[in-house]
Amino acid sequence: MNILCAGLNHRTARLDVRERFAVPRGEMEELLGQVRTIDGVEGAVVLSTCNRVELYAASLCPIRTLDGFRGILSQRAGLEAPLYHHVTPQAVRHLFRVASGLDSMVIGETEILGQVKEAYSVAAAAGAATRPLHRLFQHAFRVAKTVRTETQITSGPTSVGSVAVELTGKIFGDLGNLRVLLLGAGEIGERTARSLQSRGVRSIVVSNRTYERAAALAAEIGGMAMHFDHWGKAAADADILISSTNATEPLITPATLAAVTKGRGDRPLFVIDLAVPRDADPAINDLDGVFLHDLDSLEQIAAETLDIRRREVERCESLIEEHVGGFLGWLRSLQAAERSGGRTT
Amino acid sequence: MGSFALLASTLCYLFCFGQTFLALGAGRFQPGRFQVTAMALGAAGQSWWLWMRGERLHACPITTLQETLIFLGCAIALFYLVIGPAYRLSLMGAFTAPLVLLLQVVAILLPGGQGRAHAPFHPWVEAHAAMSLVAYGAFGLAGVAGMMFLLQEKQLKSRRPAEIFRHLPPISMLSQAILRLVGTGFLLLSVGFAAGWLAHLPVPGAKWWFSFLIWVLYAALLAGARTGMLGSHRKAAAAAGIFLLVLLLLPWIQHLSTAASRANP
Repeated sequence: MNILCAGLNHRTARLDVRERFAVPRGEMEELLGQVRTIDGVEGAVVLSTCNRVELYAASLCPIRTLDGFRGILSQRAGLEAPLYHHVTPQAVRHLFRVASGLDSMVIGETEILGQVKEAYSVAAAAGAATRPLHRLFQHAFRVAKTVRTETQITSGPTSVGSVAVELTGKIFGDLGNLRVLLLGAGEIGERTARSLQSRGVRSIVVSNRTYERAAALAAEIGGMAMHFDHWGKAAADADILISSTNATEPLITPATLAAVTKGRGDRPLFVIDLAVPRDADPAINDLDGVFLHDLDSLEQIAAETLDIRRREVERCESLIEEHVGGFLGWLRSLQAAERSGGRTT
Repeated sequence: MGSFALLASTLCYLFCFGQTFLALGAGRFQPGRFQVTAMALGAAGQSWWLWMRGERLHACPITTLQETLIFLGCAIALFYLVIGPAYRLSLMGAFTAPLVLLLQVVAILLPGGQGRAHAPFHPWVEAHAAMSLVAYGAFGLAGVAGMMFLLQEKQLKSRRPAEIFRHLPPISMLSQAILRLVGTGFLLLSVGFAAGWLAHLPVPGAKWWFSFLIWVLYAALLAGARTGMLGSHRKAAAAAGIFLLVLLLLPWIQHLSTAASRANP
């Protein structure tokens, strides 16, 4: 008996191809049922995310299973499925890499582990996951946990929005009571404000030279609109000032902030300048309690995080290799026990 | 047995500092129970040593510079154990441990002496000494939080924060911790001074002025912070700076106290 992995992912298929093969949650049980009718398939788990569709099967004849799966997928999508495949031990290694986020588009992302768990629980509930697959997936979850705790593969933020959120957390701690002032109704500012909003900031005030655009964005994100002439007043109450206007001269200078920071006590002000040319005079970063980050610095921090993650890949691979050996040892003992009619744990 | 307790305690602080330092260097730091456990064991060793010393003297064991340093280190560690986990400032252990370790190593290297009980035993004298040193323990930890604040502030203002940035607590939390620790220390120091006054302790002029200066400096720090006149950066720098001054002048103050105590047995 072999473990087979067959599928397509972001490296082998473009988004327009991947979306044709994606399997909605509601159709998963039916697909698992179809796969189990393939000759030689003992058990199956199908993982379908926006970046991959993969079958993990315990199979007596991997080639026949691969052909059968290709046929099923091609029939569903109406085009030939460009599948790659791995057989034991590569299939085991591949699943461990996928669960650990090493095979993801953004290395080290953790969402994939939840998706793998979901795929496994659907298969288990449908009775499609047999003993080797139960063991394989439980092992994969352990590997992912080990890799996450023993390396820095998941450390730090990797996008401008997530860097802003991390810096906010390091300045204020809890984001729950924070007030955001968004200057300009540009897309990048909106995205960053939404990132903060998803982490629980209390209120968002939008101020734009065109009031109607500010009002529209405020309505969309559940904030409040304000005329641009009055942003200084709102800034006095704000904890985070996100700026992405089209101004050609700096709007936020030590002089304009003097009025804003007066009477704030030691309450910090985080200025996120996402405008090009910049809205904030770099000199404000020297003011006590004011922290300035611009697009360059946020992107630089995100890039450095990705660098750290890339440097960690080798350590992750070596941890995974140890676990692949462990699983294969168990699989061999299972097969030996089955041949002799005994049991193994 | 006392020496063993002191040695074990020193090793605990050394392990706490060393393990965190190495883990940070290797990029594998995980905030966890290790720091808190090591600090708790270190403080337990110091308490044991102080208890044995007290049993022998039949008095509060703060009669020599060695005892004073160990008592102070113990007070700082105990404040960390109260404040650290409550504020989730695990890395504070890594900053507190070297300070306590330094105090302890200096104490061990000093000639121990036998210590000397105040005669006759006076509860206000004991209260004065103990309260004052516990207050300095709070000030010590406020100084540590101040250093952490300045480091985190530098990281946040920098465009390329170093790895340690991710493990340092939020500066708002550090700022709050500084204020609470200085407030607690100030209250205890005031009570300690009141106890000294009730005991009619003979205080050398220089010691009196030094103590008053420290009390005024911390009062000014608190007043400045409460009124908003002192920004968070200056507040952190002041908390660290005033405690450094205390540490530098402590041997001299201890010398004055011992001399006064000998002159007025």
